[in-house]
Amino acid sequence: MGKREVDDRFKKFGTVSFTSITKTNDFVSQLEQGKVMGTKCKECGLQFFPPRADCYQCLSSDMEWFEVAGTGKLMAFSKLKYGPVGFEDDLPYCIAVLDFNGYKVFGRIDKELEDTEISIGMDMKVAANTLPNGQLNYIFQKP
Amino acid sequence: MGKVAIIGVGQTAFVRGYPGSIRELAFDGFKDCMADAQIAVKDIDASVVCSAPEYDKQRSPSGVFAEYLGLNPQPTFYVESLCSSSSTGLKLAYSMIKSGLHDVVAVIGFQKMSEISSAESQERMGRGTDVQWESPFGTMMPAYYAMFAGAYMEKYGATLEDLALVRVKASTYGQINDKAVYRKAVKLEMLSDPENPMSGPVSSPLRVGDCCANADGCSCVILASEEKAKELSKKPVWILGLGSASAPVNMAGRNVFTALDAAEIAANQAYKMAGISPKDVDVAEVHDCFTIAEMLAYEALGFAGPGEARDLVRGKETYKEGSIPVNVDGGLLSKGHPIGATGGSQVRTIVQQLRGDAGEIQVKDPEIGLVHNIGGVGLYANVTILGRA
Repeated sequence: MGKREVDDRFKKFGTVSFTSITKTNDFVSQLEQGKVMGTKCKECGLQFFPPRADCYQCLSSDMEWFEVAGTGKLMAFSKLKYGPVGFEDDLPYCIAVLDFNGYKVFGRIDKELEDTEISIGMDMKVAANTLPNGQLNYIFQKP
Repeated sequence: MGKVAIIGVGQTAFVRGYPGSIRELAFDGFKDCMADAQIAVKDIDASVVCSAPEYDKQRSPSGVFAEYLGLNPQPTFYVESLCSSSSTGLKLAYSMIKSGLHDVVAVIGFQKMSEISSAESQERMGRGTDVQWESPFGTMMPAYYAMFAGAYMEKYGATLEDLALVRVKASTYGQINDKAVYRKAVKLEMLSDPENPMSGPVSSPLRVGDCCANADGCSCVILASEEKAKELSKKPVWILGLGSASAPVNMAGRNVFTALDAAEIAANQAYKMAGISPKDVDVAEVHDCFTIAEMLAYEALGFAGPGEARDLVRGKETYKEGSIPVNVDGGLLSKGHPIGATGGSQVRTIVQQLRGDAGEIQVKDPEIGLVHNIGGVGLYANVTILGRA
């Protein structure tokens, strides 16, 4: 008997991933290809970000992927001067939420942006990103 | 069906580095409560133990505590809703009594945070949010509340000075609370003086002085049926209203960053059950884990309209002598925040106020008190209304 194959692609998500196995593992492969994807319920059309394998509205698990495209409005952000264990090398970094009118995205703002360039209400786009430790996440940038 | 009373309240001092294990910490809190309740251990027919897990190695602490406190063979179990755990425990105990299944229930909330470093503690709290989709970005509680602070200040024009005034109020009462972990004065200028550690940036716009202190501590509240309360207690305080609600864990699920919706839903439930309105509240304890959280609480509870919390702060309306005294025990900011113990400690303060036993911090002749205790970033919300009659 061979060793059982384990699809643990999700362990590559974020500076430190706390999850390795999920039905949305394809999200990581799409990130590797430079795409940030959400899911859409094929039954009722509800869009989800972060992506989900299951729809709470109609209890269907028949989902399709869609790309987070265009721009969203910056709703809130904060720049961390301290971080939790495991994130020390990333500091300082800025977490934020963008509103894409239909769904929202929580993530980090691109380190390249100066503090003075960031303001609530501004339009931002999402981009796949490779972290210095080789892990993958996504960041918010000026369009 | 009869009413449910609180017949005993107690807590340890909230400290850094409690010199004992968690069962010993629980004993100290329980003993303080039993001294207050003046009942026998055998009168307690069930216990509920509350904390946020993973700060210590013990799994299922209820079993260990029941043994150590002499509460076997009565049933015991463990509940958690992060920082709101002991208010959730209180609601469960209320339900257990109201159903007629139990007569006297002890709610023991505890946390020993000092066994791990502050950074490790931040990591644990960060994992109280969405561990799959948010924690990999390096999240921690101050940063989440900081997002709310920034959005709130932007929308309503509140200032860093408004936030600092909340901290100053907390310290006013923390200094005279012998249970408080932070007993020093905080002056307004300390939060704006770049040389002062209180002004040190944590997560913009929040500074060190905007954040509550980790602590070790235990609280205990004993609830009883109306019949038992009249038999066992000289001055029961009655539970008039309970409200609780939840909000999406992931920030991507929130509609606004200028209010905590779940707290408002919980408050409205509690007001309706008690048959009162916000103006009827004489004294309140709110979950000021951060300065901004206290301002958001004023609005969720209807003490102020949207964006108007600063008026209460600036007018000193929430001081002991003000129109609606809030956190006159120093709050989480100065008293400290041993997560699972906090709700029970808030209840203790309000019970003492309603009994007229609050000493130096006693507000004038209160009839109705309120406890607002939330977990995560407004993820779990509990509002409890207590009355003298």
